[in-house]
Amino acid sequence: MSHDAFITREEIESKSSGPLAGRTIAVKDNISTDGVRTTCGSAMLEEYVPPYDATVVERVKEAGATIEGKTNMDEFGMGTTTETSHFGPTTNPVDDERVPGGSSGGSAAAVAAGEADLALGTDTGGSVRCPAAFCGVVGIKPTYGLVSRYGLVAYANSLEQIGPLAPTVEEAAELLDVIAGADERDATTRDRGDDSDYAAAADDDVEGMTVGVLTDLVEGADDRVRSVFEDSIDDLAAQGAEIREIELESLAHAVQAYYVIAMSEASSNLARFDGVRYGRSGGFDGDWNDAFARSREAGFGPEVKRRILLGTYALSAGYHDKYYKKAQDARAWIKRDFDGALADADVLASPTMPVLPPKLGESLDDPLQLYLMDANTVPVNLADLPAISVPAGTADGLPVGVQFIGPAFGEEQIVRAGSAVEG
Amino acid sequence: MSNGSVDPAAVRHVAGLARVDLAEDEVEAFATQFAAVLDYFETLDEVPEVESEPDLTNVLRTDEVRTGLTQDEALRNAPDTEDGYFEGPPVG
Repeated sequence: MSHDAFITREEIESKSSGPLAGRTIAVKDNISTDGVRTTCGSAMLEEYVPPYDATVVERVKEAGATIEGKTNMDEFGMGTTTETSHFGPTTNPVDDERVPGGSSGGSAAAVAAGEADLALGTDTGGSVRCPAAFCGVVGIKPTYGLVSRYGLVAYANSLEQIGPLAPTVEEAAELLDVIAGADERDATTRDRGDDSDYAAAADDDVEGMTVGVLTDLVEGADDRVRSVFEDSIDDLAAQGAEIREIELESLAHAVQAYYVIAMSEASSNLARFDGVRYGRSGGFDGDWNDAFARSREAGFGPEVKRRILLGTYALSAGYHDKYYKKAQDARAWIKRDFDGALADADVLASPTMPVLPPKLGESLDDPLQLYLMDANTVPVNLADLPAISVPAGTADGLPVGVQFIGPAFGEEQIVRAGSAVEG
Repeated sequence: MSNGSVDPAAVRHVAGLARVDLAEDEVEAFATQFAAVLDYFETLDEVPEVESEPDLTNVLRTDEVRTGLTQDEALRNAPDTEDGYFEGPPVG
């Protein structure tokens, strides 16, 4: 059964014999692959063939993995369902009538359906963790700066990180070990992951670990999701973890701050798509601005236009202080709240998604409702922290994910907590 | 900017700034949707001013000549080229 997980199916074999030798990997289609088209799920880049590899692609090739192809995604990473792709939706391998989550839905579906052993996704506001939760696999959003973004087609570069998806916590951590570490071509990377062994932290041992439950993110969740989440927390307590409830006032403003910042950065980042150097040409009638505007009308889908326009609006004269500056205040407040909470707990926990995977077509009409689905994942990106989504069980036969958030560069802690849930 | 509708003229103005042409039905749909989203953003007004002191490090590198893309590679994805250059629309 095909779930339309791939946009381009093209095997790239590795000649190396590294730690991923013999493994197959699917790569999200906004990560550049030398000589293999990279569309970002957009008509704008339908024919774009990058002349170089992203750093993460170089690293998985050096580690011996065979690339299986490029996976479907919400256009430019903008969505929570993988329905905004120009190439059509991917379906959830657990239930074909439902969405796989987004925007790395193709990567999660490829792993869940066994079409690849591992996958790379990108997480700007939850885009690795959401589809991991909806498809019943593991996804990690690394600390900002742990993994190079060189060769990633940028959407909101102060928020996004490339992250691994895998059937188990240990395998996701192994892939993270391969891609983590400093890169001279991305000045925002740090050297904290250079000699990592995150896979070794998947030891199921949470004896004495303090887990802070983020009550604000539990209360907003569907009752069925909440019940699975609470069972998994009880199970951690039975394994010797200390459970603590934590309230964070700032989280009520995370979704608004996230969308203002992400849309503002998108409006700037996507200005490069002019149909001249690459992309869909608007033809040469009229002047530069006319041709540019026509190229973008034809090349971008509705969600991308919506975010570019809202971002342009939020940055325009008269509104910058009202929206963008306030969003930056909220971001700083959320960071400070998380730092305080993580001084009292080793990891913080919440359901990954507040809802079960919706049916295809069910959630697209009302953008605001779609944005609210991201409430539990976006605070992590605003605070630059690492987080993991691990399958915690099912409700009505559909997967539910639990999320653990760690301190900056505390990947071992989230891997350890995640492995105990998987237990 | 609240109470259910954003002026379609405002949507057209922003679309002009962003260099994105819109069909007439898109203008109407966006006007309604923008009102809802911007109303929701209004709640940022409740956020207090927060001092943040990010931990900054100088990441400048020495300015050395390195090998970049070849001209062929740089032009490979352009819809139109002429004599080794990108071909674009007339300016102004």
